[in-house]
Amino acid sequence: MSASSDIPPNEITPEETFLNRRFFMKSAIWAGSALTTTGLYQAFRPQPEVKQAGESIQTVVESGVDTTLLPGEKPNTFSEIAGYNNYYEFSTDKSSVAKSARNFVTDPWSVDVGGLVNKPRKFDLADLLKFESVERIYRFRCVEGWSMVIPWVGFPLLRLLNMVEPTSTATHVAFETYYDILQMPDSVYAGIDLPYVEGLRLDEAMHPLTLLATGLYGKTLPNQNGAPIRLVVPWKYGFKSIKSIVKITLTDREPPTTWNIANSREYGFYSNVNPTVDHPRWSQAHERRIGEGDRRETLMFNGYGDQVASLYAGMDLRKNF
Amino acid sequence: MITLMTFSSDSRFHRQLVFVNGLLPALLMLADGWRGKLGANPVEFVTRTTGVLALILMVLTLLVTPVRKVLGWNWLLKQRRLIGLFAFFYGTVHLITYLGGDRGWQLLTVPTDIYKRPFIAVGMISFILMVPLAVTSTNAMIKKLGGKRWNQLHRLTYLIAIGGVVHYYMIVKSDVTYPLAFAISVGVLLAYRVIASLKPAKR
Repeated sequence: MSASSDIPPNEITPEETFLNRRFFMKSAIWAGSALTTTGLYQAFRPQPEVKQAGESIQTVVESGVDTTLLPGEKPNTFSEIAGYNNYYEFSTDKSSVAKSARNFVTDPWSVDVGGLVNKPRKFDLADLLKFESVERIYRFRCVEGWSMVIPWVGFPLLRLLNMVEPTSTATHVAFETYYDILQMPDSVYAGIDLPYVEGLRLDEAMHPLTLLATGLYGKTLPNQNGAPIRLVVPWKYGFKSIKSIVKITLTDREPPTTWNIANSREYGFYSNVNPTVDHPRWSQAHERRIGEGDRRETLMFNGYGDQVASLYAGMDLRKNF
Repeated sequence: MITLMTFSSDSRFHRQLVFVNGLLPALLMLADGWRGKLGANPVEFVTRTTGVLALILMVLTLLVTPVRKVLGWNWLLKQRRLIGLFAFFYGTVHLITYLGGDRGWQLLTVPTDIYKRPFIAVGMISFILMVPLAVTSTNAMIKKLGGKRWNQLHRLTYLIAIGGVVHYYMIVKSDVTYPLAFAISVGVLLAYRVIASLKPAKR
């Protein structure tokens, strides 16, 4: 009844045509609104499957480093590892980083290593790929409460540091990520100071578990995972594992670190994985392993306590979080 | 706009439009979930998306009055409660993903969690405030309460919208673009009401 009350139905236009026209217009509005809603939803939906490219990296079998996974643990798929990334220079949306970083130029590349060392040196990409590579399957725990298992390829940072010979006064290592607003236009939304900087104590940096990764799943790193070379410190929250490194500096003081600068109450210098120290926004007692339904309990030092706990002997880890 | 105007008395049509577009994101999410297309972290995606949807729908309910006054689209008023109910629907799904996905259904840990994480407390308060509004959204309840009291009660919408925006702002790590956009939208829509109330009422 209300459908026709605003226009007299007995005009020249035959009723049937009139109703057809109304029906047509209604259908158009229907379709238009539904398409808009669907389009909006699709714009926010995660990107589809990510395929592996990159070149193969030869690895050697090593001994002496225990990286056995726990029963029931297996590496995440390539698509999970390369499709869900925190790389704020490219996007703050984890599922958009792969797309935004697609054209990132990682060759030519060089890493400047200097500071308190006897033999400062600039390593170009070819030099870095000459290091004998190993595969390390590590748990990766993000401070946001999710985790993965990642088969990295790379070499221990200590081998690079030994080449440049840190002086006896060096106590810490500072790292810096490449930054270029032309290649990273969305970094204006990042809300953090850039370039991204991170740091380790020298003994943490020299620990055999600390890796400079150049690849994953046997091939060179995808851009979104920090190509061409990144740090991997498996017992610390993921943000310590700085990506796309261009500078490594040995110093005699604790270097500034990006998330600590952004919010020192929430992100400490050490940021060791610790289920007993909660973050104000994420409980750290549990984690969601990507690809799994149930939550897992988070392990102290991400399960690497046997090998790294001694680095922090006598320290109050609640204070030095 | 003009085409919508010619249907301005067709409230059944408007109702269907709100209903379909309100339900569509939930259906799309279900379909994507079924096909395993919700990305690497489906729980996080569904939590974030339902939260944002609840906030968008809250903003839409706040938009009704200004649009009516400015454009004269009085027919919108009839659809406002349904839009609000969809906000409540997505708010509820948002809460469920928190209880299941974040708390692993360990409901006894919720009170401590609310105490430990202020943004959870803010979100929880906003959700709880939505409950009386959803319960009183029927015609019978409007009659029972009387229009004036009903309107007073439903001004809680303002608090809920502010709470929702604050909750969103607090969870974001450093990129505050979206929370700020919501803050500005809610701010403008509330400011409109303040300004309108300062002007002498037209008779």
